[in-house]
Amino acid sequence: MLSVQNLAVARGGATVLTGLTFDVPSGAALILRGPNGVGKTTLLRTLAGLQDAVAGRFDYPADEGAYASHADAVKSALTVEENLQFWADIYGNSVSDAIWDQFDIRDLRTRIAGTLSAGQKRRLGLARLGVIKRKVLFLDEPTVSLDGFSVRLFADYLRDQHLAQGGIAVIATHIDLDLAATTLELEPFAATDHQPDNGDEAFL
Amino acid sequence: MIALLRRDLMLATRAGGGFGLGLVFFLIVVVLVPFGVGPETAILSRIAPGILWVAALLAALLSLDRIFALDHEDGTLTLLATAPIPLEAVAVVKAAAHWLTTGVPLAIAAPVLGVLLHLDPSAFVLVIVTLLLGTPALSVIGTFGAALTVGVRRGGLLLSLIVLPLYVPTLIFGAEAVRRGVDGLDPATPLLMLGGITAGAVALLPFATAAVLRMNLR
Repeated sequence: MLSVQNLAVARGGATVLTGLTFDVPSGAALILRGPNGVGKTTLLRTLAGLQDAVAGRFDYPADEGAYASHADAVKSALTVEENLQFWADIYGNSVSDAIWDQFDIRDLRTRIAGTLSAGQKRRLGLARLGVIKRKVLFLDEPTVSLDGFSVRLFADYLRDQHLAQGGIAVIATHIDLDLAATTLELEPFAATDHQPDNGDEAFL
Repeated sequence: MIALLRRDLMLATRAGGGFGLGLVFFLIVVVLVPFGVGPETAILSRIAPGILWVAALLAALLSLDRIFALDHEDGTLTLLATAPIPLEAVAVVKAAAHWLTTGVPLAIAAPVLGVLLHLDPSAFVLVIVTLLLGTPALSVIGTFGAALTVGVRRGGLLLSLIVLPLYVPTLIFGAEAVRRGVDGLDPATPLLMLGGITAGAVALLPFATAAVLRMNLR
């Protein structure tokens, strides 16, 4: 399970969210909502370990977190299969045959990823999550550029594969994923004093 | 780690990967020198070791900004930072891939181009040896520079300005070893210094590269 206590996160030296306390039990999803710039991405990056928290702490099983950002991390010179195989190798897994259907990319296996459409690329990016098999997912706008069918496909994957096996998902999204998930409105936690505390950012 | 190395080598040899660009650049620079200096063989063979080394250094510089920039653009670097391999290992693999795709081909091609510069045939082996010994340092130092400039827009020029001064010791001892070989002197001392620089850079810089990457990804 993921537990967060009194967490404060900062972007560019300015604290954006403070006093966050929540628990996500195994097999549950948490949807983060809030206006642009409230700090959804910053919170996800902090939880994924990409940046340090300003205050407070959070806890989930070590080596079980995975992050997915706006970018798909798809190499356009490699084929779809080579892209997935790379991530499987990095995580010491194999690409299971079910992945191709779960993300509807079976027909694209041998295609060069550079020739995929934005939505197909996104599906390939999301299929990475099914390959690395991490329990705690931090997803930042996972449904960008997906059509309605693909959004349902991804929601099905999260519900039937990931959450059903005791996984956890924290998702920043604006659309309804049709998941039995708790929603956390971030605006009440927004920090009031936007005081940047390190001035060397502008220099660079 | 092997998977990352294999992917980087695969990407380098596919369309738009840039493999061979450094090599062609090396060829062109070396071919241009006789046009500029004139065809006197005495002068050319005197400056050949230095020209070969300077050209190899510039060719290695050419592909440095691709080391992390491409992975940063498409988000791969962020995901590698949260993957179960340490960033230090990523730094080592990136430097190794750069060396295999630029350093090794340069070392192999150097004696062939040495012919164009009337390089003394007795120095051919020494050119290969010094380049094989010195180019790992160029790749490792360059990887560090690439990590420093990874988030910077058009960081290529900045990268060159940071990295080139750091290449000076490698250049001095590499070219000096070849020159001594041509003059019939014992090249052991500069060779040992060159090896020492490479060993030191390979041992220490991946840690600095990983630390810089962590700061830049924050």
